[in-house]
Amino acid sequence: MQETVSENEIIVEPVVGGMTRRARIVRRLTFIIPVTILSLIVLIAIFAPLLAPFDPVKISLTDRLLPPFFAEGGSTEHFMGTDKLGRDVLSRLIFGARISLSVSLLVILITSTIGTTLGIIGGYLGGRTEALLMRITDISLSFPAILVAMLLVVSMGPSFTTVVLAVSLLGWAPYARLIRGETLKLREADFVAQARIIGSSSIRIMLRHIFPNIVNPLIIIMTLQIGLLILVEASLSFLGVGIPPPAPSWGNMVNDGRNLIDIAWWISTFPGIAIGLVVLSGNFLGDWLRDKLDPRLRQI
Amino acid sequence: MSDILLQVEDLRTSFFTRAGEVKAVDGVSFYVREGETFGIVGESACGKTVTGLSILRLLPEPAGRIVGGKIILDGTNLLELSKKEMRAYRGRMISMILQDPMTSLNPVYTIGNQIAESVRLHQKLQDDMVEDEVISALRLLRIPAPEQRLNDYPFQMSGGMRQRVVGSIAMSCRPRLLIADEPTTALDATIQAQYLALFKDIQKQTDVGIIFITHDFGVIASMCHRVAVMYAGKIMETAATSTIFKAPQHPYTTALINSVPRLDRKDDRLYSIEGQPPSLLNLPPGCRFAPRCPDVMEICHAQQPPEVKISDGHSVSCWKVK
Repeated sequence: MQETVSENEIIVEPVVGGMTRRARIVRRLTFIIPVTILSLIVLIAIFAPLLAPFDPVKISLTDRLLPPFFAEGGSTEHFMGTDKLGRDVLSRLIFGARISLSVSLLVILITSTIGTTLGIIGGYLGGRTEALLMRITDISLSFPAILVAMLLVVSMGPSFTTVVLAVSLLGWAPYARLIRGETLKLREADFVAQARIIGSSSIRIMLRHIFPNIVNPLIIIMTLQIGLLILVEASLSFLGVGIPPPAPSWGNMVNDGRNLIDIAWWISTFPGIAIGLVVLSGNFLGDWLRDKLDPRLRQI
Repeated sequence: MSDILLQVEDLRTSFFTRAGEVKAVDGVSFYVREGETFGIVGESACGKTVTGLSILRLLPEPAGRIVGGKIILDGTNLLELSKKEMRAYRGRMISMILQDPMTSLNPVYTIGNQIAESVRLHQKLQDDMVEDEVISALRLLRIPAPEQRLNDYPFQMSGGMRQRVVGSIAMSCRPRLLIADEPTTALDATIQAQYLALFKDIQKQTDVGIIFITHDFGVIASMCHRVAVMYAGKIMETAATSTIFKAPQHPYTTALINSVPRLDRKDDRLYSIEGQPPSLLNLPPGCRFAPRCPDVMEICHAQQPPEVKISDGHSVSCWKVK
């Protein structure tokens, strides 16, 4: 493909879709880089037991607060150093990817299912059902999500399940609102009228005719949520109401190193970088998908 | 001509809006025979489409409601059916073709899949039997190479082809009654002529009764056996197509026919009817056409004209005709 047009490119810079060649390369990089980072992290999470050099929860007080290999006094044995209990930071980071990613993926799965279902039902049926569902959505959106999640975790006791449920409790609302809007547009589409004409039931129309046509915006919002949810989980863990120790999550690792930041910066910094990378990648990928799949959604 | 297939009696459909009740269809009666094409002609917003949707009971709820009348299809009053029974009628007994072929197919499914949906909804068939039905529906609409085309997506087809696919979906269960709501408006002239010829042919093969909704008298002339002229939610005149063109009785019918450009006359300006149709929210007490009528009399403003039968199959609602 590229070769066939290259001769013309020497003479004039071709402008395709309002973009110069350079802009297109930059655009493509905003896809390739985040996808690479995210897939790497997912692979690391999956193969954590094979990759981690140490047991992430094994305490070794003699090895405490060792710096990373490139700093003074560091060794390649503990690549990213150790924390205050002598646990290997790299191993904890690798296992932490498992927990942080599975929390956000599970939450995305739960919230998108609930939000999409309610959004389609509200948008398609309209009337009182819609009014009721959308008011509940508005109320959910008006609560400070982190505070409610904290309250729940504190009252139910911190665990993996409580964190997932607490974050999901309000997390479905943005999906419901977006999907309802998309459904409203589709409800008036002629092919939906045509489906009614041949005798399709409402449930059938929602599943077969509306749902496949809202998959694009759904994928976009799901991708954008990856970063957000990693942050939410990290914030909860940082506040001490997230994944309970000694299990490593990126959030509680940052928290662990908080008091020692002036003497052992590496304990908080490496998980912090990991969080930043995933959040950035998720957002870049989401933006790219949005431009690619649905330019109408640019404002979200 | 054979038995009466559909009998609509005093149909009243209203939309309840914040501004008040909009009487979109106000006491409409007509019948359609088997194998007959019945035209409904009129300006935009005169209630043609709402009449069609009322027969299918597919008005936009909750605003639109049928408030009175009877719709009898083959001896059954459709307005007395439960929602579920009505769903079973749609597609199998009555079907409809919408105006715009570019939007009436779902972009994410192949056309074969969409025709199969209609077949499966009404018949319990094995997969290979369903495919046979799909191919036969495509063949009925003379879509070339149906075995290959059924795997195409709507975007791969031209407008004319898509409208044939829409026709295939509508005819896939061989309904007794087909409502065609301006199916050729979005097509260009040659494709339009082909499509109309195709439907005449399909009607001969299947004996389907067709209600043809249009604003185009040319289409009426070539397609319909009988025609009703609608204005502001009421039928003004019903007659055989030849009678309508030769001896229109209602001033509105005359005006509409005069508004069609003619090749055999040299007119400087095209005739047009003065004024606007009345607001359906605020109808005049007398004849609805009175404010625009060239032959208006005093009584027209005061009282609604009764429907007068002037000959067999020709009835007019006008004070002029007595």
